[in-house]
Amino acid sequence: MDNNKYQDIVNRKTPKENVLYNGMIAFFVGGFIGVLGQFLMELYAYLFHISQSEASIFMIMTLIFLGCLLTCLGFFDKWVTFARCGLIIPITGFAHSMMSAALEYRKEGLIMGIGANMLKLAGSVIIYGVVSAYAFGTLRLLIMGG
Amino acid sequence: MIYLNAFLFTGTVCLIGQLILDNTKLTPGHITVIFVVIGTFLDIFNIYDKFILWAGGGALVPITSFGHLLIHGGMEMASNIGYMGLMMGMFNLTASGITSAIVFSFILSFLFQPKD
Repeated sequence: MDNNKYQDIVNRKTPKENVLYNGMIAFFVGGFIGVLGQFLMELYAYLFHISQSEASIFMIMTLIFLGCLLTCLGFFDKWVTFARCGLIIPITGFAHSMMSAALEYRKEGLIMGIGANMLKLAGSVIIYGVVSAYAFGTLRLLIMGG
Repeated sequence: MIYLNAFLFTGTVCLIGQLILDNTKLTPGHITVIFVVIGTFLDIFNIYDKFILWAGGGALVPITSFGHLLIHGGMEMASNIGYMGLMMGMFNLTASGITSAIVFSFILSFLFQPKD
């Protein structure tokens, strides 16, 4: 069978994703997390009498904790397969990737298991974030001077 | 009103991510990296600060704000002590997020068994 024919059959047999449905699910789940973030921020600012920027740090830590805990309890993996980017793009996805790597590699030992593998997926986010922040920061200092 | 803005902003960012995921062969790992880079890029002309004013917590939740906070901490330090401050202050604002994620997942990995 020549290559084009094979590719044709593969394209036909691959299950079609319902783009509109997936998009709406991601939109509503992501939007709900955004509302939750804003609500937690105002709640902490009101409860502890702190400024909005300090409350935002508590809010991000709360969401990370929830992401970790729900991954441990086994709910989060099912929700991620349902909502996809609605849960991966918010900071919960960052926590989920770390937590699932830590759980998965724990049996390989403390150093070579958890230590070496916990940042496997989250590491790419940190590395590219830092490199691009450095590059764009230099650019901004050169263009605008601060 | 800010709740509606937060809903719309986070929802739109997630929708864009989902559209990229469905229409290309990129994995979720690629998409989070792309969004972090976009977040740092939008901070060059202070665009992301306007998003935060408009959508409040909704703009701080997506992973784009991680990139924004990285460059923001660096620029804040750089305005005080010059170019080297960019390296010194890079993690100032994101330290809480990274530290809490590492500590929580380290402790919780001892308390729970992996589920299949």
